[in-house]
Amino acid sequence: MEKLRETLKETWHFYMKTLNLVARGSKAYYAWCLLLLAVIIIGFIYYLKQHDVGLFATNMNDQVSWGLYIANFTYLVGAAAAAVLLVIPSYVYHFKPIKEIVILGELFAASSVIMAILFVMVDLGRLDRFWHMLPLIGKMNFPQSLLAWDVLALNGYFFLNILIPVYLLVKYYYRKDPNWKFILPFILISVPWAVAIHTVTAFLYNGLPARPFWNASILAPRFLASAFCSGPAIIILIFQIIRKVSAIHLEDSALFKIAELIAYAMFLNLFLLGSEIYKEYYSHSVHIAAFEYLFEGLHGHNLLVPWIWSAMAMNVIAFFIFLVPSTRRRLTTLNLGCLLIIVGVWIEKGPGFVIPGFVPDPLGEIHEYIPNLLELMVSFGIWALGLLIFTLLMKVAIPIVTGEFTHTEYEKEVTGLRHR
Amino acid sequence: MRDKHYTRREFIRNLSITAIAGMSIPLLSACTKEEVEDFLQKHFLEMTEEEKKRLIAKLEERYQQKYGKKFQISTKEAQQDTLWGYGLELSRCIGCRRCVYACVKENNQSRYKRQLHWIRVLQLKRGNLINLENSEHYYNPDTVPEKGYVYLPVQCQQCQNPPCVKVCPVHATWQEPDGIVVVDYNWCIGCRYCIAACPYKGRVFNWGEPNIPVEELNTSVHYLGNRPRMKCAVEKCTFCIQRVRSGRYPACVEACPTGTRKFGNLLDPKSEIRYIIENKRVFRLKEDLNTDSKFYYFFEG
Repeated sequence: MEKLRETLKETWHFYMKTLNLVARGSKAYYAWCLLLLAVIIIGFIYYLKQHDVGLFATNMNDQVSWGLYIANFTYLVGAAAAAVLLVIPSYVYHFKPIKEIVILGELFAASSVIMAILFVMVDLGRLDRFWHMLPLIGKMNFPQSLLAWDVLALNGYFFLNILIPVYLLVKYYYRKDPNWKFILPFILISVPWAVAIHTVTAFLYNGLPARPFWNASILAPRFLASAFCSGPAIIILIFQIIRKVSAIHLEDSALFKIAELIAYAMFLNLFLLGSEIYKEYYSHSVHIAAFEYLFEGLHGHNLLVPWIWSAMAMNVIAFFIFLVPSTRRRLTTLNLGCLLIIVGVWIEKGPGFVIPGFVPDPLGEIHEYIPNLLELMVSFGIWALGLLIFTLLMKVAIPIVTGEFTHTEYEKEVTGLRHR
Repeated sequence: MRDKHYTRREFIRNLSITAIAGMSIPLLSACTKEEVEDFLQKHFLEMTEEEKKRLIAKLEERYQQKYGKKFQISTKEAQQDTLWGYGLELSRCIGCRRCVYACVKENNQSRYKRQLHWIRVLQLKRGNLINLENSEHYYNPDTVPEKGYVYLPVQCQQCQNPPCVKVCPVHATWQEPDGIVVVDYNWCIGCRYCIAACPYKGRVFNWGEPNIPVEELNTSVHYLGNRPRMKCAVEKCTFCIQRVRSGRYPACVEACPTGTRKFGNLLDPKSEIRYIIENKRVFRLKEDLNTDSKFYYFFEG
């Protein structure tokens, strides 16, 4: 009885403290959260309209039947995968502090997976029938449909990326050593699982002979290479923010090392893309049409051309910024490179990958697609929601990691420390 | 009682309560009995005979209420020893699109704000056939056929090895024993993966609420075919399942003024389609994709 009361009291303490942490912050924190909330609400209102009239409210049609939503989904699966893959170099190069990198990476992955899943949900015409896809309850077409695989892979990945950081954080909260025998297998499996989610997402497109643009075996490696560029680029930026607003100390050298790895990944990404372009342009079969549409325009339709060339320029510039040690090791150029990569890769594997799959369509019709305001707003809303979730997670996780937010038993010690 | 002077705080509170109450009305009223029933509806293939009967009675009542018309909804199953096949004689097609509009009418496709067509007729310059990139889908001259062009009608090719069925994440689409690929419109989640997978553009989507003038409704329907449909589910040609399972030709075959379109049972050695396959030079669209379609194009001779 006494013990139960003790536990309840501690739980209450935890919740109050969490609430306190989340609700209090600097002016910049409030402004950031309110901005995100506003964007979420606007996005939600736009989504309600789409839910009401159907996907008719978007610019998608029978020719280009997937658009901005699925483009964002593809990109975010990559970001989620790369955040965890960063665990490997962290161990290999002994990045300090490794524990923070693991927790942060996994929480970022979890937030990205939430966004990716939301992008699929808003793309569904019949969200009310979502349960048809659930295993056992619905009628999941497993293992035939790659979309069924993706549902399993993403949810499994989400589970892993919640389990691991929550377990570690609880242990740190109680100032106990994690039971590595229990958690290490999960950490180890999350690495190949990260590769798996992006491979499955690539296979989803890859297995369709109706769409020659996607039907290239190089697709899964390309996806992984580009994810290894954009994911770590996002992480570098986040690390710098965290280092500024919290007590976590992160060495510059770790950031520079990540940037160096991005340079290699970007080289691989450009090389794989180059291989595809060579094959298409040298063989010059009818299947080149989608490439022509993307890179030079087809029969006067050239909506994507400026986009893809800007993406190419951004990726190449970023590659050189990260390749040359002096630009890589200066924070201003490093951050510029990160921004270029985040945007460049988004264009390349988001709209630059999804839309040409549909142009020209299998019967040769060319219909250009550009997302409308509603699609943009709903997409911004989902991005804002993901960022808000990640911000709040960080707001609680960081004090636990640094030892400021801890079990009542050690509280005095912490406040004592602070006063000294 | 005190004077009724609203403080600002009271005003804001009352306003927000009203707003919340106001917003919850559409949410609550959105869950009508109909929608709850639809939400819980089972997959068609998992229903018992009894459940199917009840479903059909319910649908007939709903259509009666919605359109004021008596519908005959069939759930007739495939006949033994039938595998439907289609023949299309390219040298005869004049590109008049009568088949397209006969199909729209017969199968209750949406008419306005996205008119849906299950059949597309492509206009190709003579000398082209396989590379469809130069095809014209929206040709609109005063009279057809135009000199120098050939016409290639395309619809669902009823593949024996259908890529669309393979990719559907929820088994909302499947192949019937008589070879027809059907959709349970009430099970489709609207992900459109099948549209991406189809090499023939055989599938179209109701992007909004389908729209048909009541007087043009065809009330003789099949559950897996031409019954009135809802927004955001996929649909496709079923070889007029409501007709062919009752011994009639598909509407497009009947509508064609030039006798371009042929139809029959591939398992019957005496059928017209078998005669065509054995005696004419037939080919199938995109045979290289190994979809094993049951839609045979042929030329005279």
